[in-house]
Amino acid sequence: MFTTVRIRKNHTNRRALVLIAGLAAMLAIAGCHKKKVAPPPPPAPPPAAAAPTANITAQPDAINAGQSAVLTWSTTDANSAEIEGIGPVPTSGTRNVNPTESTTYTLTATGDGGSATATARVTVNAAAAPSAPTESNITEDVFHQNVKDVFYDYDSYSIRPDAQSVVQQDAAYLNQHPELKVVVGGYCDERGSTEYNLALGENRANAAKQALVADGVSPSRLRTVSYGKEKQFCTEHNESCWQQNRRADFTLDK
Amino acid sequence: MNGKKLLPIFVAILVAVFVAPALHAQDWVRTGTNLGVQRIRIASARFKPLNNNAQTLSFQSIFDQVLYNDLKNAGIFDVVSPSMIPPETPGTPKEIHLDQWAAAPSNAAMVAFGNIAVDGGHVTVQGYLFDAKNPQTPQILGKQYSDDAGIENTRWIAHRFADEIIERVGGGINGICETHIYYVSNHSGNKEIWVMDYDGYNAHQITHLGTISLSPRVSPDNTRVAFSSLENHKGWVIRMWSLTLNRPVRFASPGGTSISPAWSSDGTKIAFSSSRTGDNEIYTTGPDGGDLHRITAFRGPDSSPTWNPKTNSQIAWVSGRTGLPQIYTMNADGSNVLRLTDGGYATSPSWSPNGQFLTFAWNRKYGPGAPGGQDIYIMDVASRHWVQLTHEQGANDSPSWAPDNRHIVFQRDNQIWSMLADGTDQQQLTHQGSNTMPNWSWK
Repeated sequence: MFTTVRIRKNHTNRRALVLIAGLAAMLAIAGCHKKKVAPPPPPAPPPAAAAPTANITAQPDAINAGQSAVLTWSTTDANSAEIEGIGPVPTSGTRNVNPTESTTYTLTATGDGGSATATARVTVNAAAAPSAPTESNITEDVFHQNVKDVFYDYDSYSIRPDAQSVVQQDAAYLNQHPELKVVVGGYCDERGSTEYNLALGENRANAAKQALVADGVSPSRLRTVSYGKEKQFCTEHNESCWQQNRRADFTLDK
Repeated sequence: MNGKKLLPIFVAILVAVFVAPALHAQDWVRTGTNLGVQRIRIASARFKPLNNNAQTLSFQSIFDQVLYNDLKNAGIFDVVSPSMIPPETPGTPKEIHLDQWAAAPSNAAMVAFGNIAVDGGHVTVQGYLFDAKNPQTPQILGKQYSDDAGIENTRWIAHRFADEIIERVGGGINGICETHIYYVSNHSGNKEIWVMDYDGYNAHQITHLGTISLSPRVSPDNTRVAFSSLENHKGWVIRMWSLTLNRPVRFASPGGTSISPAWSSDGTKIAFSSSRTGDNEIYTTGPDGGDLHRITAFRGPDSSPTWNPKTNSQIAWVSGRTGLPQIYTMNADGSNVLRLTDGGYATSPSWSPNGQFLTFAWNRKYGPGAPGGQDIYIMDVASRHWVQLTHEQGANDSPSWAPDNRHIVFQRDNQIWSMLADGTDQQQLTHQGSNTMPNWSWK
């Protein structure tokens, strides 16, 4: 059986409004008869800003020389964040690092309520065998300075006109360094379905890959991974943040 | 006019101001498979403890509570409030005065009663269901249950007895009190696959993979869970977890991003979305990943397939082939593609066990700068008539039908809720951490 029942919501709202108006008028009149008006209270002091907190982890926390680890950090009540040796960073995020010696990364979160620090240490085990001559010595940082992320419109995986020159420069760099293998990551903003966003993120990563291939990069050097809305660069709920999260990024495939 | 008289008026204004906005809400339409059917008025008596053992008394109160909740949750009963039942605790048929239960204020048509005892490490329950309007031959059900003494076992005995009652009185449709809900939780720090009882109790972690695992779908025989998981150097793969072996078992996931698995109701096929050709399309395979068939071929994301469990000859899924994602259906070989939704952002379909309805998440006002609500809807597949089930509360997604056709579990923001399939009786089942993507087990 499939039946439908229409429920009429109570329509007393107009009456309620009249009642409110009447009562408000009475209150206003009553106010006029007050003998003395109390002086306005002193302005309240601004609410104390919450002290920021900081948290950072390294995964894995022990690597061999030449390998990379992933730093993941988050903060609360912070306006800015900085990682010693890396520089200013978003207030939360992840980053690949490949230290050549054991390194302690100190995250400093600064906000209206002061600052907080947290540390994560990556232990680098004794150097592995000397690197083979074909192995690249390009670091993740240098790579990121040269191979820039691509941003997308809402619910779209088309390469925008303003991203075409970015992709061309990315392709030019990759063509100059044919030894590099690259992971193309596809990302989506927080809105909508988890599963559909994984498919959309794959389309974004693949669109960036195909654009690089069109500019001469061999597809065998490019691997796509969708992160959907599972990894966010920015966690605020507004369009500027969503735009940050609708992207394809490029990392060295190791 | 002085201040003392003003105070109540001021309170009245405050109340009016805060209540008035609720009255502006739009009309809501309620629909479902049970409306218009008179609910059966049932009373659940306090079960009689057969000894004064402290454990007996403690388990008796748990049993009473679980049975009462199960009957309330069933969606087919009008359960008599405990304050209106007669002041007796009948442990056996000889001890019940049915006329008192049938009379006001209880007015019960049915009475569930019985006794409970913990003895020698066992908990034993005798449960009866009597028809209060048939004093000559009132007994509908008489059951005895025994298990090792424990809270979980006591809860489970109450679930079994409730399911017996629901099946006997509810038109032969099995109850769902013994079913489970599989879901994704970050409780341990990573998104892993978890399971809990249908009422949110007894949650425990199944996988410990230390990565991101999503979209659990339990097999029709409740022995395996298919899900998608992010693997190093591979990306998203479909994985298969044996609940009997408690470890992963073989599933040959194709290359590319492979996500959102779905079992056919006969357990012989799995449909999922894979980007092995560069664009996510829907594929079907056998339960070990063999016999791969691609069944969609159109530019744009395709994800979230769900089989028509009545026939296994149709699949509904989500496609972005025309822009924003919409719900489509097709035959299981990919022919006869039909679009069901007429706009907005429609995702996460689940097909009802009787084959008649789809439930899915829909944001009809979706768009940049138009923050509409993402709500749960059901649609009659044949007529495409749809009804909105959730309203103005959070972002709702991932609905999954219960095997009784009467219930739906879904996620609201980052917690799991259940409700009747007409949108009533909404209950939050999880409370800590982030718990998402629920999948209701098969009977």
